[in-house]
Amino acid sequence: MNAPDPRLMARTDPDPVQLYARRVPVFPRKVDGPFRRFKWAVMALCLIVYWGTPWLRWNRGEWAPHQAVLIDLAHRRFYMFAIEIWPHEFYFVAGLLIMAGIGLFLVTSVVGRAWCGYACPQTVWTDLFQHVDRLIDGDRNAQLRLQKAPWTAGKLARRLLKWAIWLGISFMTGGAWIFYFADAPALQRAFWTGTADPVAYATVGVLTLTTFVLGGFMREQVCVYMCPWPRIQSAMLDEKSLLVTYKHWRGEPRGSLKTAQRHLETGLAPVGDCIDCHQCAAVCPTGIDIREGAQIGCITCGLCIDACDSAMAQVGRPRGLIDYCTLEDATREAHGEADTPVLKTILRPRTLIYFAVWAGIGAGLLFMLGTRTRLTLSVAKDRNPEFVQLSGGAARDGFTVKVRNMEDRPRPVTLTTSGVPGALIYTDDMDEHGARGTLAMSVPADTTLRLRLYMLGPVGTKPGPVLFQLKAGDREQGHDQVRSTFSNAEGNGQ
Amino acid sequence: MAHDHGAAGTETGHAEHHGARLDEATGTHTVGHEWDGIEELDTPLPRWWLILFYICIAFALVYVILYPALPGLRGATPGVLGWTSRGALATEIKTADASHAAVRAAIAQTPVEDLIRNPTLQRAAIEGGRAAFKQNCVQCHGAGAAGGKGYPNLNDDDWLWGGDIGAIYQTLQHGIRYPGDDQTRTSLMPSFGRDGILTPAQVQDVVSHVRVISKQDPASASSQRGAVIFAQNCAVCHGANGEGGRTVGAPRLNDAIWLYGGDRASITNTVTNAHAGVMPAWGQRLDPVTIKMLAAYVHSLGGGEATPTVPVAAR
Repeated sequence: MNAPDPRLMARTDPDPVQLYARRVPVFPRKVDGPFRRFKWAVMALCLIVYWGTPWLRWNRGEWAPHQAVLIDLAHRRFYMFAIEIWPHEFYFVAGLLIMAGIGLFLVTSVVGRAWCGYACPQTVWTDLFQHVDRLIDGDRNAQLRLQKAPWTAGKLARRLLKWAIWLGISFMTGGAWIFYFADAPALQRAFWTGTADPVAYATVGVLTLTTFVLGGFMREQVCVYMCPWPRIQSAMLDEKSLLVTYKHWRGEPRGSLKTAQRHLETGLAPVGDCIDCHQCAAVCPTGIDIREGAQIGCITCGLCIDACDSAMAQVGRPRGLIDYCTLEDATREAHGEADTPVLKTILRPRTLIYFAVWAGIGAGLLFMLGTRTRLTLSVAKDRNPEFVQLSGGAARDGFTVKVRNMEDRPRPVTLTTSGVPGALIYTDDMDEHGARGTLAMSVPADTTLRLRLYMLGPVGTKPGPVLFQLKAGDREQGHDQVRSTFSNAEGNGQ
Repeated sequence: MAHDHGAAGTETGHAEHHGARLDEATGTHTVGHEWDGIEELDTPLPRWWLILFYICIAFALVYVILYPALPGLRGATPGVLGWTSRGALATEIKTADASHAAVRAAIAQTPVEDLIRNPTLQRAAIEGGRAAFKQNCVQCHGAGAAGGKGYPNLNDDDWLWGGDIGAIYQTLQHGIRYPGDDQTRTSLMPSFGRDGILTPAQVQDVVSHVRVISKQDPASASSQRGAVIFAQNCAVCHGANGEGGRTVGAPRLNDAIWLYGGDRASITNTVTNAHAGVMPAWGQRLDPVTIKMLAAYVHSLGGGEATPTVPVAAR
């Protein structure tokens, strides 16, 4: 064994080893600036979309629900404005999820952890809850004082009020979720009259609780300890990804205005731009000090940039001591070189490939959406028995036929067979004497019509392949066809 | 409290960690453990994580008390709730039975002939019959109800004892040639050859005639002799033209369907030795509702006949 370095053996720190870290509460100070205002805008957009979407209406006629966005699990339908998705078309949803994943890769490689900083629900709701904190308890310093204060009636009242508001927001958050899965106005009436499905109450209860705990108490712990995304992102960032960067070459050595003055007067080396006001750390919603460098706790929300810029403005120094900056530019700036042009940073093979894959999947989905048929036929031949010998000498084959009408209106269709001369078809609610070459029927709106179909082959019919053809009799003229086989005592023609 | 105890344990444990030091490369303390020069950095977990761990332990303790958990020689500890997987299954079956109770009651009150006039009841009966068929009937009639030699195909349009739903119900309820049931359908074809009623040559002539009326062979001198013998010995049950007789379950002979084979050797064997297939009286084994369901299912297989206008009882 190598002897440890004796310099390191001598522990100056008398603290015992701590295997578990106490939570350090975070009380971010209020801040204003362009990034804060952008965050407000994104928060407003996210919340409006989340709370408003289920209440949009979309007229689909008499055969389908009128909610614009509806995940109708009970009836296995997914409505999104003009698009209706059936369970067998779930690849559209899978495609969207893959696009969302690759979109995150794309965004990460261009602008870093922008998702974490602005759009992640954990960020949005934590931000909202922190505003409630400031509303009830006051800004950072007041919150710190209240935290340390003994439990008086006043503190208890403030805490109860704050928790009640958190709970209210949480209830609205959990409550809104269920409206995506049922007709929103009807469900709301049922919810308040106590007649909604128990699943609805349980869902609201669970989501209220998780929002309350995750947004009220767990906050940055979710980002640092629970969420896999920061870990994945830290593997995805490269030297051209945007990070919130403290420009240490400009800021160090730190010193207050007084120190700077003294250094100037006594002829000591001049101090850096950082006046060590700790405003960047005070406004941080995850409680980190960005001057320690890039770290997992940094969600790149840019609030420290706003805080530093206003501090720089007060002391008359240029903005951007803390700023969005790529690692590459940081190195160049530290050596006094100019930044890489923005376009050159953004347009690089990695982002272009991500974009190509993302856009390719999107274009593929749009193509499939545009060319998909809303009328399909499937035919499954009976395997046991393969055919039934009838007393008159004819053979009867059984088929299970499914005609899927995915339009929100009934459609007249005809089913025709060809390939085996003389073979006729009839359904199980018809008499075999009614067997014919073409069956006409009406398929109800938004329905899979399941038919028990018989094919009758008179004496002397040769077995062989059969083509079933479905044609819509209305103006839209949809059609589909399926191959199958007719068998009799002579075999199946193969 | 468990949490305080655990925290104290980690904090007083530092006496063992005198090797702890500051790692230069990472700026993090080590925990003091060292194995062949490999040391562990102290990256502390959040305390709430530890609390969650204790909550899990408490949950497990409660679970062990409430549910079957600790294995022993003769099974596990029962748990104070008395929950068993078998009991849960029984509850599920009870729930399923309860959900079927209404439709079963309706089927019980509906005469079997009327079952197929009520689409809702008919569909329920067919699905119930499909399940019961798989349990009770497939052993002889096959999973697709296509039967086999000696076991009728239930999909076709040829019925020995009648193919309307009432006749099917009667067959199911009382069976065929079933010794334990007074009302069982019964008949007996004589062993014309074995018992010496016909000589072997006469048997061959009858077989020739049957091959002619079933349109398998052209007429011949043998078949013309056989036609006379047929009229004297066979027509009383099988009909003058071999059209069969359902009152005695005598098969149609002038069609394309053969229960024991339609080739010359098979028919010779049948005329010589006769056949008398047996089906159990399911009324002794299954409840009336299940038998109605089975009747509806068999009737739906493609060869079911319409109920005759004369009620079954009056025939």
